[in-house]
Amino acid sequence: METKRTVFPNKVLPYLFVAPQLIITLVFFIWPATQAVKSSFERADPFGFSTQFVGLTHYIRLFQDPLYLNSIGRTVMFAIAVTAISMGLALLFAAAVSRLIRSSQFYTTLLVWPYAVAPVVAGILWWFLFNSSTGILAYMLRYFGVIWNANLNGTHAMILIIAAAAWKQISYNFLFFLAGMQSVPHSLTEAAAIDGAGPFKRFWTIVFPLLSPTTFFLFIININYVMFDTFGIIAATTNGGPNQATNILVYKVYSDGFIGLNIGSSSAQSVVLMLFVIALTFIQFRYVERRVNY
Amino acid sequence: MASITLTSVKKTYHGNVTAIHGLDLSIEDGEFVVLVGPSGCGKSTLLRMIAGLETITTGEVRIGNTVVNRLEPAERDIAMVFQNYALYPHMSVRGNLEYGLKNRGTPRPEIDRRVLEAARILEIEPFLDRKPRQLSGGQRQRVAMGRAIVRQPKAFLFDEPLSNLDAKLRGQMRVEIRRLQRTLGTTSVYVTHDQLEAMTLADKLVVMNAGVIEQIGRPLDIYADPQSLFVAAFMGSPGMNLVDIERLRGLVADLPASIPSGTGTIGIRPEDIALDEPATPHFTISATLEAVELVGSESLIYANAQGLSEDVVLRSQGIHRGNPGDPLTLHIRHEVLHSFLRETGRKAAA
Ligand SMILES: Nc1ncnc2c1ncn2[C@@H]1O[C@H](COP(=O)(O)OP(=O)(O)OP(=O)(O)O)[C@@H](O)[C@H]1O
Ligand SMILES: [Mg+2]
Repeated sequence: METKRTVFPNKVLPYLFVAPQLIITLVFFIWPATQAVKSSFERADPFGFSTQFVGLTHYIRLFQDPLYLNSIGRTVMFAIAVTAISMGLALLFAAAVSRLIRSSQFYTTLLVWPYAVAPVVAGILWWFLFNSSTGILAYMLRYFGVIWNANLNGTHAMILIIAAAAWKQISYNFLFFLAGMQSVPHSLTEAAAIDGAGPFKRFWTIVFPLLSPTTFFLFIININYVMFDTFGIIAATTNGGPNQATNILVYKVYSDGFIGLNIGSSSAQSVVLMLFVIALTFIQFRYVERRVNY
Repeated sequence: MASITLTSVKKTYHGNVTAIHGLDLSIEDGEFVVLVGPSGCGKSTLLRMIAGLETITTGEVRIGNTVVNRLEPAERDIAMVFQNYALYPHMSVRGNLEYGLKNRGTPRPEIDRRVLEAARILEIEPFLDRKPRQLSGGQRQRVAMGRAIVRQPKAFLFDEPLSNLDAKLRGQMRVEIRRLQRTLGTTSVYVTHDQLEAMTLADKLVVMNAGVIEQIGRPLDIYADPQSLFVAAFMGSPGMNLVDIERLRGLVADLPASIPSGTGTIGIRPEDIALDEPATPHFTISATLEAVELVGSESLIYANAQGLSEDVVLRSQGIHRGNPGDPLTLHIRHEVLHSFLRETGRKAAA
């Protein structure tokens, strides 16, 4: 296909058109990123008047710091739980909705709503539900003998943020799974039914394998989401506590830098995260297109 | 292997579209039955009801001696070949062939034996480890056939299995399907709207129209003796010439007396109209040549007779050299006339 080329008579005009986007990218992404890389190699005096080059010191300290290693552990746990729960439930919902004939539109609409909720709001919502004195879920848990208190109990706090983060992401995963399932030709499942496969077997041996490109894509997207976009949820609920229990990497960048005022270490942490996201993006571009196993 | 019996089978989709209007059909054990009919007449619907992919609104479907209305497709022990083949794209050819056997818990050595045998019969052994996307259309078609035969089911159901192939390959596969079915002796129901497939494959041909059966019979019997206007026009390519009797009377003074009363339409096959005078009793129509289609071994001649609303088509052997406007004399023997009742369109009793 031949792409249409617009030729501008004025040489400057095209640059003006792209300038807003370029400026935003430069000011809010490129510049802070270079600043972060730069300050991760520097130490500033308490008043910020002078800086001194310290090489890899921050990075070395980081990986010797038990708090940072704890944060990595917490993040891994959080990421696995949120990705597994949100993708698992989304797959279940998509499978259920794709079996419906008439009311599928209705359920799809309802299931997509949480996606429109900002992370902070999602966090607050679940914080209210799980609030130890007024929350309905905390109240119900009392019947099972669980004294719920996310402010004191680290496990409870972790469950709270996992629930909020997974809940919000289900919508997105659901939409992709549903679209993926609808693009599996009907005759394949019919052929499998004739070949003696029951509904579960059909799903696991035909539909799910054919969904693998979608699943892989969503996996990358979800990891990205858990690592970065969940900041708002934590900021609105646990603030990384109690006792570091929910201090995942992205929140630790913020708390060490802006609350603890350890700019050097915070910068080093954000550079580590940056490398991580670059690696993810690379994997995504490199393999998502090719991970089609048929 | 088993017989298939449909009794008063009716299908209504979502309460308003009735695709099949109470239909009876019995298929003998080992018989090859072909369903033909125009698009949308309910052929696929009928086949899918036998397969269990569509619910049966009312009526009864039996495979062998079992009423299968409430059985899952898997429990009916039939195999189906789909128009788009429906091969599992993520499995190798071997995987596709094995799938149904594995699901039924067939022991491993037996699976291997059957897969190899099917692959040998269909000549797809070299492709066993390829994925379906690495095969040509014809090879995929063979794999789809293979998937049906490894299971050794009670019946084969085919829904236009050859319509995605080019004409030549279609001819080859047609012959092969026939041969295969003869050897295996498996009861088969085959849906098509290809005349040639219908005529050559069927032991029993079922002509359908708008959800009802128009005629059931051996292919040549149906061709020679269509029981309704619909069948007369549908079977044959081109179909029968259908002429209003009043217009014909206006044109021909000596129509035979044997035409039954109540006849509204006279049908004449294109090959039954001769340009040379025959020895047996006949009448003639004067016409002018409109167009000639040369098909190779034969010519299709379109002739216009004053007073008839449509062109008459005739088939003549060899190459007919003529130009539009040439006068023609059409000779029609008395015995080739088909009479259809004005009221119902059914064949008029002699
Ligand atoms: N799922 C469905 N819902 C509603 N109506 C349907 C459905 N499937 C088929 N029909 C209708 O039932 C009638 C018969 O359809 P069917 O697919 O059996 O036709 P067919 O004879 O196989 O035609 P073709 O030769 O084009 O494949 C058609 O009028 C069609 O519109
Ligand atoms: Mg059809």
